[in-house]
Amino acid sequence: MENLIALLIAAPLLGAAVLLAGGRRLDRVGHWIGTLLSAASFVFGLILFADLLGKNAEHRTLTQHLWTWIPVGGFQADVTFRLDQLSMTFVLLITGVGSLIHLYSVGYMEHDERRRRFFGYLNLFLAAMLLLVLADNYLLLYVGWEGVGLASYLLIGFWQHKPSAATAAKKAFLVNRVGDMGLSIAIMLMFTTFGSFAFGPVLGHTGDTSEGKLTAIGLMLLLAACGKSAQVPLQSWLGDAMEGPTPVSALIHAATMVTAGVYLIVRSGAIFNAAPDAQLAVTVVGAVTLLFGAIVGCAKDDIKKALAGSTMSQIGYMVLAAGLGPIGYVFAIMHLVTHGFFKAGLFLGAGSVMHGMNDEVDMRRYGGLRKYMPVTFITFGLGYLAIIGFPGLSGFFSKDKIIEAAFAKGGTEGWILGGAALLGAAITAFYMTRVMLMTFFGEERWRNQPTRSPEAPSAEPAAETRGEHTEPHPHESPKVMTIPMIVLAVGSVFGGAFFSIGDRFLNWLEPVTGHSEGDSPLSAATVTGATMVCLVIGVAIAWAQYGRKPVPAVAPRGSLLTRAARRDLLQDDFNHVVLVRGGEHLTRSLVYVDHTLVDGVVNGTAAGFGGMSGRLRRLQNGFVRSYAVSMFGGAALLVAATLLMRAV
Amino acid sequence: MSTAAVHSLWTTAAEPISKIDTPKIEYGQLSPTLIVIGAALVGVLIEAFVPRRSRYYAQVFVSVVALCAAFAAVVALAAGGYGTTKAHIAAMGAIAVDGPALFLQGTILLAGLVGLFTFAERRLDPEAHGNRVDSFAAQAASVPGSDSEKAAVKAGFTTTEVFPLLLFAIGGMLIFPSANDLLTLFVALEVFSLPLYLLCAVARRKRLMSQEAAVKYFLLGAFASAFTLFGIALLYGYAGSVSYARIAQVVDGTVTDVDPALANTMGNDVLLLMGAAMLVMGLLFKVGAVPFHMWTPDVYQGAPTPVTGFMAAATKVAAFGALLRLLYVVLPGLRWDWRPVMWAVAIITMLGGAIVAITQTDIKRLLAYSSIAHAGFILAGVIATSKDGVSSVLFYLAGYSFVTIGAFAVVTLVRDAGGEATHLSKWAGLGRRSPLVAAVFAVFLLAFAGIPLTSGFAGKFAVFKAAADGGAAPLVVVGVISSAIAAFFYIRVIVLMFFSEPKAEGPTVAVPSPLTMLAIGVGVAVTLVLGVAPQYFLDLAGQAGVFVR
Repeated sequence: MENLIALLIAAPLLGAAVLLAGGRRLDRVGHWIGTLLSAASFVFGLILFADLLGKNAEHRTLTQHLWTWIPVGGFQADVTFRLDQLSMTFVLLITGVGSLIHLYSVGYMEHDERRRRFFGYLNLFLAAMLLLVLADNYLLLYVGWEGVGLASYLLIGFWQHKPSAATAAKKAFLVNRVGDMGLSIAIMLMFTTFGSFAFGPVLGHTGDTSEGKLTAIGLMLLLAACGKSAQVPLQSWLGDAMEGPTPVSALIHAATMVTAGVYLIVRSGAIFNAAPDAQLAVTVVGAVTLLFGAIVGCAKDDIKKALAGSTMSQIGYMVLAAGLGPIGYVFAIMHLVTHGFFKAGLFLGAGSVMHGMNDEVDMRRYGGLRKYMPVTFITFGLGYLAIIGFPGLSGFFSKDKIIEAAFAKGGTEGWILGGAALLGAAITAFYMTRVMLMTFFGEERWRNQPTRSPEAPSAEPAAETRGEHTEPHPHESPKVMTIPMIVLAVGSVFGGAFFSIGDRFLNWLEPVTGHSEGDSPLSAATVTGATMVCLVIGVAIAWAQYGRKPVPAVAPRGSLLTRAARRDLLQDDFNHVVLVRGGEHLTRSLVYVDHTLVDGVVNGTAAGFGGMSGRLRRLQNGFVRSYAVSMFGGAALLVAATLLMRAV
Repeated sequence: MSTAAVHSLWTTAAEPISKIDTPKIEYGQLSPTLIVIGAALVGVLIEAFVPRRSRYYAQVFVSVVALCAAFAAVVALAAGGYGTTKAHIAAMGAIAVDGPALFLQGTILLAGLVGLFTFAERRLDPEAHGNRVDSFAAQAASVPGSDSEKAAVKAGFTTTEVFPLLLFAIGGMLIFPSANDLLTLFVALEVFSLPLYLLCAVARRKRLMSQEAAVKYFLLGAFASAFTLFGIALLYGYAGSVSYARIAQVVDGTVTDVDPALANTMGNDVLLLMGAAMLVMGLLFKVGAVPFHMWTPDVYQGAPTPVTGFMAAATKVAAFGALLRLLYVVLPGLRWDWRPVMWAVAIITMLGGAIVAITQTDIKRLLAYSSIAHAGFILAGVIATSKDGVSSVLFYLAGYSFVTIGAFAVVTLVRDAGGEATHLSKWAGLGRRSPLVAAVFAVFLLAFAGIPLTSGFAGKFAVFKAAADGGAAPLVVVGVISSAIAAFFYIRVIVLMFFSEPKAEGPTVAVPSPLTMLAIGVGVAVTLVLGVAPQYFLDLAGQAGVFVR
């Protein structure tokens, strides 16, 4: 059964190779090849899952050793896969949601000339992401980590003819480099500390190591997670990443890749458990990001950017939970899975809306669409209810658990973190209700409007390829797109309940991550009640602002906070002033030092050698007699020196 | 009569004739040398009896066949275990057949073969009166600029004697690193030196310069030979024998029987030290180590470029082979005396070669100083006095010789009206006009500079590692500094070729025949193979790293 693990990765990898190397002759069938191979990987995943379920909890770890990658003395890098409950969960999420999104893309990318290439990249992403979660050591994980970064870069910039897309891809790549640096440093630290970077030796020996080293490793891992999962302070790329095609936003920038940071932290739980300071940093990052993303999400008029802010915020919840240690690991992963369902569904819904609206993304030009797109409305609506935590739906179970766990941290920290999580829940309810109301309810603001506004250029490609320039005609998307949305909506509705009832998910994952209850100052019922109150407040404010009153087609100036939030809370301005300007100053002073000091030394040395060369050269005067004298002198010296050596 | 005592024949000729056994000669084991020298003799006969118009083809044919056959013989001997388990001393104690000897002979033969291709090139020079001509004078004996020279050119003469001369030189070089007594060493030295002096004199263009170079080389070579011979005499006085094994025994003090005729001198350390120093000096002259290097730039510049390429490569291989054997077999007991001196020589050779090269403006002189610096790098490996030192030097020599021949072959391609355009200023912008030739030359320059993925890096790494392991870390530091200085002028040529505007009346790149292309191609291939996957050849050199005593 272990031998199936490699096939999980091999199927999409084969797809990527065939599609990217196959050339134009595969243009007509390429998308189905990609979808089929993705589905094949999902089927292998299901078979393995059935196998794991058939075993006792303690035997649910399968490993497959393929070959030794780099054997150099004590440095032993193996290509070994490890399938346990944690990676199994990810495999099913990645291949399941991935296959649905492949299917959706068949319809969404129908008119794109480079559809084959798009599916090639999607398959490449799947292979890399599976390698990331299946690796049995950090070095192999790093390969997958870089692989998803590459796929993400290629897909964000898929419409490379648009400067905004190319820039966004570059931005994502560069910001991710900062995080990747953290991961590579963490791996180096692991090697010097443990003499290995395989999960077994590293995570099994945290007890024998000083807390300082573990804290350093933990902080470096956190930096890596911040980069990949768009957490403060490396969050700035995610909003721009929405320049990619919407299925990409759904798969990579909502459901799977951006959650890799959470996987990394949960996987490295043993390190964080032994390094409380690093854990505290994780929770702080999570709490700050969940509020940051939520606030940004409130101000955006671009439907995808609003959802991107929401993604950032929801991952903040997961990181917060992962930072709580064994109290939170299981719930971090559970929220990750349910979020994978409902956020992918929401993005696909947004894509469906855009598909029907000539690629318009500005929600101020939507309104009243529920009549025209009933399936999209219902599936998006269910996703909406799930994310705000409507009782009984997925988000209710998973987010509520995280809030409880935050309070259970205890002490002042518990109150602060729990408070932040509660506040976040209220804001979530607000911005999601706002998206819902602006898109599907209210006036039909798209009538008698030119399709695109100059200040909010569309994230999608030239409208000429999809429809006319004039007033849009909203329509429901084809079945190949709606079916994945329906499936994801089902997951959004029932997933949380299925996982939580009888603690199914907890029992499944506990052998890997461990679990402890903590002692909460508040009872579970109190927290749930408080969450419900927050939810109602958030929805009510949104209703008051966007439901009762008509939504202006042109955004009002807004308060200072609104304006800041529209600019992503000044993240780019901050980066520009601190990093770009600072970097420029640094380079300028370094260049100065280089020119004066370094070049001075170098040029001086060179001039010195040049002068010496010129003088020595004169010895070579062309006369045999002088050459002979030089030889004679040399021989005399040689003999004298040899004799002298004996004498002393 | 013991093998070791054979050499007393030189001094005991008065003994009754009946006591002399027939010398036992292992023809099979000496076959590489015998084939080459035999072919050289055939070449002389060809000059005498074959009609002029067929001589070139006959000579090239005989030379190629002989070199290939000799190389095959070397391979067969190595495969037969003569490089390792069956290594022994043949020809009554005169010639060693062992790993280093076979490795170096193989290298010399291949370098000689590639050099032969450049000798045989006849497409580069414009045709003279309808005759294809090579790099060599129409008639070496005619005075430059005289009527007889014009007549010879008009008649379409070529100096086909260069081929037997080349074979004689190769024959001597094959013996030189395997010589196991001092007289054989000296005879081999002269056998390969004299043809080289002649070859230097026979350039077709710039004949006066070529003749001047030859005379300089001859005078200084004779001067150095005198030192060598004097050193041999002193060593004989010290040990009472010219056999390497016997001298080594006397140095170690394991010999007690004293020849009554030499009772006054034998065991006198002053004789030993002076003799060793002078002998070593003769070899340092051949490898071009500072301060015995001054002939190198003048001769390299004046000699016909194919000869320069061959000489720079093969002489170095042969001379370093002989130096290694001398220091490792004869004088290991003396290493505490010679190592400090050789340290000094290596340091000034590395620095001197690299520094003076900076201000050179002629590509051939530049390469000459580069070869001096390289002699210093190789000396660092020699000084290691370990098995790794031997094998690293063997590897370095193999890689270096092909780079050198290839580089000089490229020099023959860049021409203007006056023949080869060797002034550096004329190479400006070559990369724009002939990207392929410039790129190939850049590969060779990078190999000279020791940039990774070329044979130069692998070789330099090997010798520096051996030197450092042998306790010569300061030498390695100097070596690395010299490499940095040297990298400057190599890269300067690359910059000149690729980033300078081409001159309006710059040189053209001649299209060579497949012969030169083969020589350059082999050079590039060996450079890259030894650079990318050196391990096999390092292992080979490692197996060949033990001298028979």
